[in-house]
Amino acid sequence: MFKFDKLVFGDAGWGDEFLIATLMTLLVSILSMGLGLFLAIITVWAKIIQNRITRFIANFYTTVIRGVPELLVIYLIFFGGNTVVMSIAKVFGYNKYIELNALTIATIAIAVISATYSSEVLRASYLAISKGQIEAARALGMNKFSIFFKVISPQVIRHALPGIGNVWQITLKDTSLISVTGLVEIMRQSRISSNVEHSPLTFLITAAILYLCLTTISGRVFKTLEVNYSKGFST
Amino acid sequence: MIQFLNSIQNSLIYKNFFLVLSGLDNTILLLLISLPVGFVLALLFALGRVSKIALLSRIIASYIFVIRGTPLLVQIYLIYFGLGSVKFIRESFLWYALKEPFWCGVIALTINTVAYGAEIFRGGIQSIEKSQVESGLSLGFGKFLLLRKIILPIAIRKVLPSYGNELILMVKATSLVSLTTYMEMTGIARKIMAKTFAPVEAFIAAGILYLCLNFLMVQFVKYLEWKYNPHLRLNN
Repeated sequence: MFKFDKLVFGDAGWGDEFLIATLMTLLVSILSMGLGLFLAIITVWAKIIQNRITRFIANFYTTVIRGVPELLVIYLIFFGGNTVVMSIAKVFGYNKYIELNALTIATIAIAVISATYSSEVLRASYLAISKGQIEAARALGMNKFSIFFKVISPQVIRHALPGIGNVWQITLKDTSLISVTGLVEIMRQSRISSNVEHSPLTFLITAAILYLCLTTISGRVFKTLEVNYSKGFST
Repeated sequence: MIQFLNSIQNSLIYKNFFLVLSGLDNTILLLLISLPVGFVLALLFALGRVSKIALLSRIIASYIFVIRGTPLLVQIYLIYFGLGSVKFIRESFLWYALKEPFWCGVIALTINTVAYGAEIFRGGIQSIEKSQVESGLSLGFGKFLLLRKIILPIAIRKVLPSYGNELILMVKATSLVSLTTYMEMTGIARKIMAKTFAPVEAFIAAGILYLCLNFLMVQFVKYLEWKYNPHLRLNN
């Protein structure tokens, strides 16, 4: 039932393919988490500055993306992304066919999803900073940039780390949906292998174990980071 | 004006909307079975998790760990493709359920929501103040009465917001069942996309319907919160 011999490295088994696929999953997760955090910072900024239009856009974005299944967002970006990019390119006078590669589309799609979750986490931890601190920094004559980098960011990171850890787990698991776009990550690899070997159980269990390892290890990493960042705070 | 209405009626998004709408009943059918069953099982699992029987607690903890650590897609594929490939399951009575993508979807969604729900309910049960349980005990409540009258009502009430979140995640999760050839809203949207090659229109129509479904879910949870947390109502 479970064919261990199909999982050896080299030509006889799928071990090395699965290793590459695992690295691909990690790569997509890390890239989209980074892009997602960047988008999330912009979203939070749009929500906290006193501007109705930006706040409306940011709220609309987070509500819609969180209310729509992840699979739909991925389909929309995978099938609709090329059209959008091509129509933008047409404005600049470039009329040839453009095709984004699977990794780019995967990263953008997952980042768009994960940014909505990260933005909630970041917003909550920004609001947890007492206003007196920012006022005190201003009173000391710090400019906006040094307030952001020296007062706000260190505290936001500390408050947000547990939440960001959760978002990372969600992002990691969401990358499995990317398999529908044809990017060869763990899920896609397990489908390919099981189609070749006619043994879906073996490769799907392998995929499950790989995901379980990834989530467990990254959970540990985030625990250590949390301990590191909350030095001097009794919690 | 009439011309405008006509142009709307002829537009692709309008036609797609009703096509996708025909998949709404399949989506709701998935939820109607998996959510109530998942709720009851999650409560039982949470009680087992906090029980003093170490082995039971251990088993449930590892079940929750495995399910929460793997993507739902893996679970759906494992049940649909994985179990179907085992010979003795194909020959047993289980095959009547497992050959249908619908029942595979229901089973996978239930397994998934039970793990998340059990963890949520465990938090609720563990956050109950000891004094409340003690006062119940001092009134001579038996174990079952204590559970029915004190522990469960307080725990469920406390975790309603986070369980509501889980319900919305489940609505979104039903879209993954479309990957096992089950024709619910996402599946139909993908079929339309393949036919007309107008991806944006098809998926926006489906997206609007999911948003509506989730909106209703949020209102439902809000109503439950309002009903069962009378002490938190603002205007009384």
